[in-house]
Amino acid sequence: MEFDVLVVDDSAAIRKILQRVLRQTGMTIRSIHEAGDGQQALAVMSANHVDLVLTDINMPNMDGLQLLASLKAAAEWRDIPVVMITTEGGETKVAEAVRLGAAGYVRKPFTADQIKEKLAGILELALPL
Amino acid sequence: MNLHQIIVESINQAAANVFATMLGGDLGPGTDSVAVGAPESTDGVVSFIGIAGSWAGTGGLSLSSSMACAICSQMLMTESTAVNEEVLDAVAELTNMIIGGVKTDLESHVGPLGLSIPTVVFGRNFRTRSVGSTEWIVVRFPWNGEELVVKVSLVPNDKAYQHHHAAPQACAIEI
Repeated sequence: MEFDVLVVDDSAAIRKILQRVLRQTGMTIRSIHEAGDGQQALAVMSANHVDLVLTDINMPNMDGLQLLASLKAAAEWRDIPVVMITTEGGETKVAEAVRLGAAGYVRKPFTADQIKEKLAGILELALPL
Repeated sequence: MNLHQIIVESINQAAANVFATMLGGDLGPGTDSVAVGAPESTDGVVSFIGIAGSWAGTGGLSLSSSMACAICSQMLMTESTAVNEEVLDAVAELTNMIIGGVKTDLESHVGPLGLSIPTVVFGRNFRTRSVGSTEWIVVRFPWNGEELVVKVSLVPNDKAYQHHHAAPQACAIEI
C-alpha cells in the first residue's frame, strides 16, 4: 500500500526531520503533506487524500488535540490513524489524546527507530503494510 | 533533593537526551550556577519559552551563531553557514524539547505546567533582562569548543504574579 501522510508541526525543522524519518521507515510513501497548525491541517485534509496524520500538540491557532477532536468528529476522517508527536509528557495531555482517539504517542526528542516502531504497530492494525 | 537540585538534574538529563537523540552526539555534564536578574550581554541566539501553572517562569537557551548553525546542520542534515529562518527554527525546537523535558520532570513535583510557543532572538551585543529580582538557574554545557547555556527561572505562581504586576515606578530616560 502507498501512503499519503500529513505531518503537522509549527516547527519547519521538525517537519523536515519527520519527512526524512518517514522515508526511512520502509513504508511506501506516495506523498507527504505539511501543515504548520491544526487549521492548516484541516485545509490540507479537505483538499487531499491522507492515510496517516502525525501531529504535534502545542501549536498556535489550533493545537493538536483540537485537530484530533475535529478529525474524529468527521465521518470521512475518523478512521485515519493520528499519531501525536510532542514534547508534552504530562499525563493530562496524553490521557486527553487517548480519550479523543489518538492511535499512538511519541515523545520528542525521538529517534527514527521509535517512530518506525510506533508506526509499524499502528499501521498493522489500521492500514496493513 | 530541593527544587534547585531537581531543576539542575532535569536540565542535564533533558539536554543530554535531546543531543543524543536529535543530534547523535554526547553532551557532557553541565556546570550550574545561580544568576539574579543581572542584565547579560549577548552575541548570538537567545530563545525563551514561558512556563505556567502552580509555578510559573521562563526557560531558555543562549548560544553563539556558529553553534546555532552547527546544531541546525546536524539536526536537519543540511549545511547551515549563516543564521537564517531554518537555524532559528531549529533553535526554537531545541528549546522546546529541552525545556519541555524539564517541564515534564517538574510536573511530578509541582503539578501540571503549560509551555508557551518559543521565542527566538538573534543579534549582536544585545542584553536580556527579566523583570524584578528573578533568580535564574543556569547550566553551561561545553560542546565542540563552544558553550550552550540553559536557564530556568521558576517561582510559585503567586510570587510570579507579584513580579509582573508590581506598582509602576518613575523612570528617567537616558539620551
